[in-house]
Amino acid sequence: MHNRSTSLLLSAAVVFAFSAACWAQVTQYDEEQRMNMESHIGKLTGHATAGEPLYRRFCIGCHGPIGDGEGENAQWIDPKPRNFTLGIFKCRSTPTGTLPTDEDLFDTVGRGLVNSNMPRWFPLSDQNRADLVAYVKHFSPRFAKEKPGSVLQIPPEPPVTDERVKAGQEVFRHAECWKCHGVTGRANGPSADTLTDDLNRPIKPFNFHDGTRFKCGETDRDLYRIFMTGLDSTPMPSFADNLKPEEAWDLVMYLRSLQPMNTPEKAIAKKLGLKPISPNAAPAQSETK
Amino acid sequence: MKSVYKPAAILAVLVVVALGLLSTGRHVSAASEGKVTGSIKLEGTAPHMRAIDMSKDPTCAKQHSTPAHLENVVVGSGGGLANVVVYISQGLPASAAAAVPSKPIDWDQKGCMYQPHVAGMDVGQQLKVINSDPTTHNIHPMPQPGGGNIGWNKSQPQGSPPFTTSWKAEEVAIPVKCNIHPWMHGYMVVVKGPYGVSDESGSFSLDNVPPGTYTLTAWHETYGTQTQKVTVAAGKPATVNFTFKAK
Repeated sequence: MHNRSTSLLLSAAVVFAFSAACWAQVTQYDEEQRMNMESHIGKLTGHATAGEPLYRRFCIGCHGPIGDGEGENAQWIDPKPRNFTLGIFKCRSTPTGTLPTDEDLFDTVGRGLVNSNMPRWFPLSDQNRADLVAYVKHFSPRFAKEKPGSVLQIPPEPPVTDERVKAGQEVFRHAECWKCHGVTGRANGPSADTLTDDLNRPIKPFNFHDGTRFKCGETDRDLYRIFMTGLDSTPMPSFADNLKPEEAWDLVMYLRSLQPMNTPEKAIAKKLGLKPISPNAAPAQSETK
Repeated sequence: MKSVYKPAAILAVLVVVALGLLSTGRHVSAASEGKVTGSIKLEGTAPHMRAIDMSKDPTCAKQHSTPAHLENVVVGSGGGLANVVVYISQGLPASAAAAVPSKPIDWDQKGCMYQPHVAGMDVGQQLKVINSDPTTHNIHPMPQPGGGNIGWNKSQPQGSPPFTTSWKAEEVAIPVKCNIHPWMHGYMVVVKGPYGVSDESGSFSLDNVPPGTYTLTAWHETYGTQTQKVTVAAGKPATVNFTFKAK
């Protein structure tokens, strides 16, 4: 009897030790796997191991040693540095709720984020930036488990016409961009003051009269991509489900007419005498000038 | 002559067989599975729910002859607490936990309010997001970061068709907001297995519960969670009541 209970206890101990060893091995494996993270940008391959020293030199101050956006400078700056452990990014070519591509992250590092403390990292070589992307990806388990979403297909930009600028204003009205961005794009829409990001911190909509660059680029294609994929973790939603490519290009052209620099679209809006939309008028009324 | 009747005869046989299969399928599940019903009460005085000022968006305000109120605590005339999700948190056999209802859950944006304010749903169950309003909404669920569900944010301008989606993992509860209309908020409660959501009388019902002993959890957005044990017998509804205390 005594013998039997001892052997039972012993076998239980063996099973416990074995499973503990397995668990330890699994977590270690996970950590090693993550440091094996690579990025692929065109012909470049980035390695997390090579990105680590660069990160510790250039990024750690704001994004923090564990990539959670709580670096020692973080408390002084707004917008806050990105928390890489969540794997959620604003600038993506992929649908809302999916991971960005390596190129998206690579472009963000090179471009910087306008109206924030994130500078352009042009002084770093392409290889450096590719290595950094791999290291940034290693912080989030999402990159080990998921694939980036399918990249938004952007058809070639049609020529700018009077009709398109005018149609773009109708998209601006119907999709209700003005609720936040304001009827003239000055970030003063009725909902502008109440916006918060996913961590409940106040956030401002983009003011189209303020500079020539957008959060995720400065070209027409960047602008198209921004509203189609949305800026995840912010109030800016994705419009991909409900705007046809034609309408999206129309909207790009109208938005260009709001910017401070002289654009062909702005000249057209002036020529047409395009007035700001009247928010609460019926669609038919807003078109009579 | 014969060739004319042949396809019709085959079709008729098929229909009879299909109907037979359907009815037996229903019959079996109804007889062998139990049910949990009950009601949820709020003890004490419910907090005041202030009226919502929708004047910033006249298309919203116009839809309410009297102002809509916040829905953090909704109590019926009989003291029943609405919007409580009751689900089985322990003891459910894997097969019952894996079963997903085929009927989608409707999540409607109507009168610039979420209808329902709280929706229960199964992991993987189809969720149909509808915009019935003459205004644009953005639907922005925010699951706990780092968990099994990933948040997203989609615009649904007026007249847009509904879209369907689903959640990958259990989560009690996912807050949902519309950034354009800051008063709009609701919760999606994602569970595995049968669940019920209480109405204004406080009643709820969990269907297709296999016989067994379970831990039931009742979740409310303001009053948190409560648990109780329940034993379900075949074909016989078990009754469980919960009482939440007003703070």
